[in-house]
Amino acid sequence: MSQSITTGQLARRVVNREKTLILDVRNTDEFDDWKIEGDSIEVMNEPYFNLLDGVGPVAEKLNKDQEIIVVCAKGNSSKMVAELMGEEGFTNVYDLEGGMKAWSEHLEPVKLADLDGGGSLYQFVRLGKGCLSYMIVSENEASVIDANRMTDIYEKFAEEKGVTVKHSIDTHLHADHISGGRQLADNTGGTYHLPSKDAEGVTFNYAPLEEGSNITVGSTTVKVQPIYSPGHTMGSTSLIIDDQYLLTGDILFVKSIGRPDLAGKAEDWVGDLRDTLYNRYKKLSDDLVVLPAHYSFVEELTDDGSVKARLGDLYQRNSGLQVDDENEFRKMVTENLPPQPNEYENIRQTNMGKMNPEDEKQREMEIGPNRCAVHG
Amino acid sequence: MEAAKVLDAKGMACPMPVVKTKKAIDEIESGDILEVHATDKGAKSDLAAWAKSGGHELMEEAEEDDVLKFWIKKA
Repeated sequence: MSQSITTGQLARRVVNREKTLILDVRNTDEFDDWKIEGDSIEVMNEPYFNLLDGVGPVAEKLNKDQEIIVVCAKGNSSKMVAELMGEEGFTNVYDLEGGMKAWSEHLEPVKLADLDGGGSLYQFVRLGKGCLSYMIVSENEASVIDANRMTDIYEKFAEEKGVTVKHSIDTHLHADHISGGRQLADNTGGTYHLPSKDAEGVTFNYAPLEEGSNITVGSTTVKVQPIYSPGHTMGSTSLIIDDQYLLTGDILFVKSIGRPDLAGKAEDWVGDLRDTLYNRYKKLSDDLVVLPAHYSFVEELTDDGSVKARLGDLYQRNSGLQVDDENEFRKMVTENLPPQPNEYENIRQTNMGKMNPEDEKQREMEIGPNRCAVHG
Repeated sequence: MEAAKVLDAKGMACPMPVVKTKKAIDEIESGDILEVHATDKGAKSDLAAWAKSGGHELMEEAEEDDVLKFWIKKA
């Protein structure tokens, strides 16, 4: 008899730092490219096809009574391996339902704060991909920022809170994941906001996200003040919420900074990126809490499972903010960049409405890690 | 390419294409070629990795009308 664990149960373990052993049975190339990570997670790899003649290769390394969670690409091979292990006397084996495909789509909501004017701010952590999105809830309204493709998750969350999503905002045209922003606005009858400089050639209607034009959420005003902060994309715009939270999009992360090359404009935009990071943000209060659109390393998760950091602290310890020499900075963000995200150009075309791939294709396009950052 | 055996694994989801391929390879002689037809996209990387781990040679692969075709020479 086989037992399963859901992506939600596994996500709680990562966030709560519960000791967990994962046996990933995908082939090693895929495992090396992208795997489940966490402070408390130990993960080993043995492709399922090496276990068809017997589970010997893993039996040597594991105790028969220890808890093991078997993971594969879609959830079928892991079930088979869990059953094979059960037949060999392993008593505590689970398979992850839906495999890495489901893990890639799981969003774990974490409450960040109660806002001054009433209402709350939530961060949605996509543990399988490192994407962060946000929901502001105030009175009976909500606004979602940098929504992922799985819009049903935000809609369900809003329904549970008894609020309607009035605004859906993208801080920039994303290249590493397919935005759910437009779809979410369509589904909820809300307005979709996108910086106009990133909207050149888009095939849909949008409300331009502009510096100085506040967006009000709820009857108690939560001020959302867009700050034009080019660099990652030409139109990248940061948001300040409640004078306390700085949503940086892909410009500034906790341990790294945004890469300027995903629209093929590294040389052109490196100056903008530098100006944003070394001048514009520097003029803001050190006490702002930076809330980025991504994280790269699982160590960036704080104790409550959220990803955040004080702006002043980042000026002390984020390696991307320590490069005083302009030429050195230019070199860092234009040379030695990590590989570009899977299908990033097609993802941009999709986010511009120029491509409309089927659901399954969209899923495939997003598989793999996000690579939006430059690590200094 | 002259195949000793053709395996139809179309419509099968992971892990079945590899499970069936393994069985079919057991039924042919060393040096013979097995031709596999599959539709599961994951078969592409999995069959290549499986063949490599077993010492078999993936001679050729092709895609025709959404059908992935592989020619594997048994070690």
